[in-house]
Formats: sequence, C-alpha cells, structure tokens
Amino acid sequence: MSTGNKIFVSCENANHICDKNQYKEASFWEKVKLNIHLIYCKACRKYSSKNTKLTKLFKDPKVISINQSAKDAMKEQLKKKMSELE
Amino acid sequence: MPTNTIDPNTWIDKYSDYLFNYTIVRVDDREIAQDLVQETFFAGLKSMKNFKGEASERTWLISILKRKIIDHYRKINSNKGKAEVRINYTNDGETEGDWLEERVADPFDQNAEGKIENTELGIAIHNCIGKLPEKQARIFSMKTIQGFDTEAICNEFDITASNLWVIIHRARTAMAECLEKNWF
Repeated sequence: MSTGNKIFVSCENANHICDKNQYKEASFWEKVKLNIHLIYCKACRKYSSKNTKLTKLFKDPKVISINQSAKDAMKEQLKKKMSELE
Repeated sequence: MPTNTIDPNTWIDKYSDYLFNYTIVRVDDREIAQDLVQETFFAGLKSMKNFKGEASERTWLISILKRKIIDHYRKINSNKGKAEVRINYTNDGETEGDWLEERVADPFDQNAEGKIENTELGIAIHNCIGKLPEKQARIFSMKTIQGFDTEAICNEFDITASNLWVIIHRARTAMAECLEKNWF
C-alpha cells in the first residue's frame, strides 16, 4: 500500500500506518512519514493517541483469554457431548 | 416477538473468553475458571430445551455460569468449613469481636481500587469484542490478543494483507468507541 517516496501522505494512509505501528509492523520510513503527517494533522493526532491508548489497554496483564489449544479441546468435548445427547 | 436462537457450535468462539474473564474475577484461578466455563457449556447443552429465546444466548449462559460459581464455592466450603476452628476473635475492649485479620494493615489495600478496575477491564474488552461483527471480532482478537502474524491470519481467512488492515482498522475504531462509552 506504500505510495512511493512521497514524504506527505494522505490521512487514510497515515491511519493505515498508525494501525500497523500498533502491532510494530510499520517500517522506519513509514514511521517517519506518519510523524511528519501528525505534525500538521490534528484529526490524525487524535486518532493516533486513541489508538495507542487502546493498545495499552490490551497490554494489561489482566486482559486474558483462553488459549487456542484449550479452546480446541473444549470444542472437541462439547461436540462429543452433543453427539451423546442426540 | 423477537426470539433468540441458540447454536452450541458457535459458543466457544463467541463466548468462552467473555465467560472466562467473568469467572476469573470471581474465582481467581485459571484452571478452575476454565473448568467452570466448560461445565457451563455442558449444562447449557443439556438444558437447551428450556431456552425460551427471551434473553440473548450470552445472558442465558451467564446465568448458568453464576450458578456454577456459587456451586463451586459451596463445594470448597463444605470441605473446609467444618474443620475450621474459630479462634480469631479478640476480646480487648474496643476491637472486641473483630477478626484478627481485620486489624492488620493490608499492603494491597492501597491499590485495591486499581485492581478492581483492571479485572473489570477484561470483561469490558470482551464485551466490546462481542459487539463486533463476527469475522471482525475473530480477526481482531487473533491479531491483538493472541498475537498471530499478519500472514498466518491472511492464510487462515483467505484474505489479502490490505484486506486485513481494513478489518483491523474498523475493529479498532469500533473498539475505541465502545470502550470510551463503557470504560473510560
């Protein structure tokens, strides 16, 4: 999705980079472009700060989920029960 | 009259994390919480006939889960409570009748509030994820909570990377909005 070597990117593009950056998948050059964009774009600054906040919430150790293998095991057992009942 | 349908095949994908977070706040043990969630699904399966469709599936499952949690505490208390000797009472005037424990300064008390907030955050987040469209919810939680690679998710759902980022973007926007309402 990168558009050549332009220093100025559109808001749409900036948001895309910002999203990627939340998962540490933005390249160095992309980050430079994002930061330049943020200097002059208030709306994207707002989006960016919200986005970062959201990422921080998910980093919280209390936000937990059952891991996939355990879930698969649960599915198996539930299926077994279902067939027993039928 | 709107009726809610019930479909056990989708339960685990849709509700297990929400129920799990709900439970872990109350029992504080991963293993036990996971067992209770599992038991809830089994119990739900057994009494599916009684589901009248008045409440949503999730509300119905939560009400079963609540029973399961109460049962769990009943069970562990009936084993332990009988043998417990209550010698903690003190009888020196002012504090008479207080438990010894109550008189000890609690080092955790200062951040008790922060802790409660944190535990509820998990519920709030999974609640918001539950409100996303199903595909979005699955992709978003795979990417954000379980930390899968972009490529792995793309392969699994057979979508392109830019497709994935659009979905993530929409999910993130919706999540921020939802959490703003229910959390901040």
